[in-house]
Amino acid sequence: MMDFRPVTLPVRGPGDRLTALFWRRPNLLLVLLLAPPLLWLGVVYLGSLAALLLQSFYSIDEFSGLVVHEFTLKTYLELLRPSNFDILLRTVGMAAAVTLGCAVIAFPIAYYAARYARGRWKAAFYLGVMLPLWSSYLVKVYAWKLILSKEGIVTWATDAAGASAVLNAVLALPVIGGNSLSTSYIGTWIVFVYVWLPYMILPMQAALERVPQSMLEASADLGATRAQTLRRVILPLALPGVIAGSIFTFSLTLGDYIIPQIIGSSRLFIGQAVYTLQGTAGNIPLAAAFAVVPIAVMLVYLALAKRMGAFDAL
Amino acid sequence: MTDAVEFVGVSRHFGPVRAVDGVDLAIAEGSFFAMLGPSGSGKTTCLRLISGFEKPTGGQIRIFGEESGRVPPNLRNVNTVFQDYALFPHMNVRDNVAYGPMVKGVPRAVRAARAEEMLSLVKLDGYGDRKPGQLSGGQRQRVALARALVNEPRVLLLDEPLGALDLKLREAMQDELKALQKRLGITFVFVTHDQGEALSMADRVAVFSDGKVAQVGTPEEVYGKPRTRFVADFVGSSNVLPPALTQRLGGPARWSSLRPESLRLAAAEGAALAGTVTALRYLGAGTRVVIDGPGAELAVLVPAGQALPAAGARVGLAFDPAMLHVMDEA
Repeated sequence: MMDFRPVTLPVRGPGDRLTALFWRRPNLLLVLLLAPPLLWLGVVYLGSLAALLLQSFYSIDEFSGLVVHEFTLKTYLELLRPSNFDILLRTVGMAAAVTLGCAVIAFPIAYYAARYARGRWKAAFYLGVMLPLWSSYLVKVYAWKLILSKEGIVTWATDAAGASAVLNAVLALPVIGGNSLSTSYIGTWIVFVYVWLPYMILPMQAALERVPQSMLEASADLGATRAQTLRRVILPLALPGVIAGSIFTFSLTLGDYIIPQIIGSSRLFIGQAVYTLQGTAGNIPLAAAFAVVPIAVMLVYLALAKRMGAFDAL
Repeated sequence: MTDAVEFVGVSRHFGPVRAVDGVDLAIAEGSFFAMLGPSGSGKTTCLRLISGFEKPTGGQIRIFGEESGRVPPNLRNVNTVFQDYALFPHMNVRDNVAYGPMVKGVPRAVRAARAEEMLSLVKLDGYGDRKPGQLSGGQRQRVALARALVNEPRVLLLDEPLGALDLKLREAMQDELKALQKRLGITFVFVTHDQGEALSMADRVAVFSDGKVAQVGTPEEVYGKPRTRFVADFVGSSNVLPPALTQRLGGPARWSSLRPESLRLAAAEGAALAGTVTALRYLGAGTRVVIDGPGAELAVLVPAGQALPAAGARVGLAFDPAMLHVMDEA
C-alpha cells in the first residue's frame, strides 16, 4: 500500500521560515536578542560611567570656577578634607545600619514566606511586600515625616501609653538623637529601612525557598539544634540572597538624596553633596569624585562577600 | 529482648487523609527490616514517625522501649539516609560526614578522623575534599550513608536510598548495604516500593497498603504465603484466583494465589485450567504469557528455551496442587 502523506510538511509562512533559519543558525537568534541590551549596557550605561570616572580626575580652577581638563588626583584629595570625609562616613555608616536593620527585619518575614506560606497566604505575602512599592516614594517619605514629627502619631502614641520618657531618652542619645524623630538620624534610618525593605525581603525569600526541606531535616536528624541548623545550614545557603538584598539596600542608601533631605538632621549625605556640587556650585569634578565613592565601596563590599564564600553555593 | 522499634496502634492523619492508620509493628534489634508498599501507602510516613519528623495523631512509638512522643528529632539516637541524600552543598564531603560530631561539640581533629574512618567504611577514601556536586549519584549515596552512620545510631533509617541509582549500581549497593548491616549489627529500617529489593535484602518485610500493614513476615512468607489479594499482587505479581476458581481447582471457597512460575503450559484437552493466550511479554530470562482463563486472567512464566504458544492459541495449564496458596482474606 502506498502512503502519500508527506515526509516534510509544507512551509506555512514567514513564521516557519524564521524558525527554520534560527534552527540552522542557532547563534543568530542569540545575537538578535542580546544586541540591543548589550548596546544599551555598553554604550549608554558603561559609557556614561566611564565619562563620570574621567570627570573625577579633572579639577576645578578655584579662581575662574572652570573645569581644568588635566589629569589630577587633587579632586580625590578634596574628599579627604574633614567636612567632605564626614559626609562619606555618615553615608556609609547609615547604609550599613540600614542594611543590617533590613536584614534583621526581613529574615523572619522571608523565612515564613519561604517555608510556611502556601496558596492564599503566599499571595498575601507578595501583595503585602509589593504594595508599598506601588505608591510614590515621595508621598511615603512625606507621610513618614508627619508620622515621626513632634506633633505626629508616634509622639501621641508614646504619650498615650505613658512611655514619653522612653522616647525622650532615645532622642537624648548623642549623635543619633535630636529634637524629634523626624529631625534625627534615627528617623532617617527608620524611613530608609521602611523604603528599602522589599528589596531585602524578596531576594532573601527566593534564596530561602531554594533550601530543600530535607536539608533542614538532615541537620536535625544528625543532632543539630534549631540555632545550629540556622547558623550551619540555612544562613550559608541563603547567603547569596542576603548579599543580593544587601546590595540593593546598601547601594540605594548610598545614592539616595531625598530621604536625608526631608527627614533627619540637615547634615549632608553623598547624594545631596553630589546634587549641590553639580548644581549651584558647578563643581562637576568633585561631584564625580563623590559619585565614585559608592561604586568603590560596593566593589570592596562584594570582594569581601566573595571571600566570605557568599557565592560558593550559587 | 526489647524490640528496636515498636508501633502500638499508631496513626498519622493529615486532615481527612489517613496516611498511617492504626499500625502495629515490632522491629527486632539487629534486623534488616523493609517497609514495602506503593507510593502513598504510608511507609515513608512511618519512617518519618520513627525519626521524629512526623508526630503521631494516635498511638505510641517506642524506640528500645522508650516512649518517643516527646523526644525531638535531634535527640533521637536514630539517623536517616534521605531519598535525595540531602547532602549540604556548601560543605565538602568530610565536613558533611563530620556534621553530626560537629554539632555535638567533638573537637575538629577527632571528628575529621572519624569522618575519614566512615568514608573508608563506604569505600570513599580520599574523597574528603570534594564537594557533593562533584560526585556521582552512587558516591553521594555512600556519603549520605557515612554521614548517617558516623553518629553510631541505634537504628538506621533508609528512605528509598537506591531509588535514584541505575540497575547495575543498585544491585551492587544492595549487596553492600546487606554486608554493612551484618558487620555493624545496627538495626536497619528500609523503605522501598521495589519488591525485589525488599525480598533480597530484608530479614523481615512489612507490606503497606492504604496506611495499614497488610502483612508482616519473612520474605519467603510474604512472597509464598500472601495473606491478602493486595500482597499477592504487589509482591511478585502473583495470579489472584477468585473463590469460585479456587474451589474448581480443589480448594475451599476462598481467594487464593498461584505464582506464574508455578504454572506450566500443557495441552488444552483434559486440563483443569485452560484459556486463550492474549499477550506475550519477553523478559529475557523467560517470557510471561498472559492467558484469559475461566474467571481470572492468569500469567505463566515460561523459562527461556521452551516452546511458546502464539497469541490467540488455546492452551491448558498444569501445576503442583501444593503451590496453590489459599489466602486468609475471604
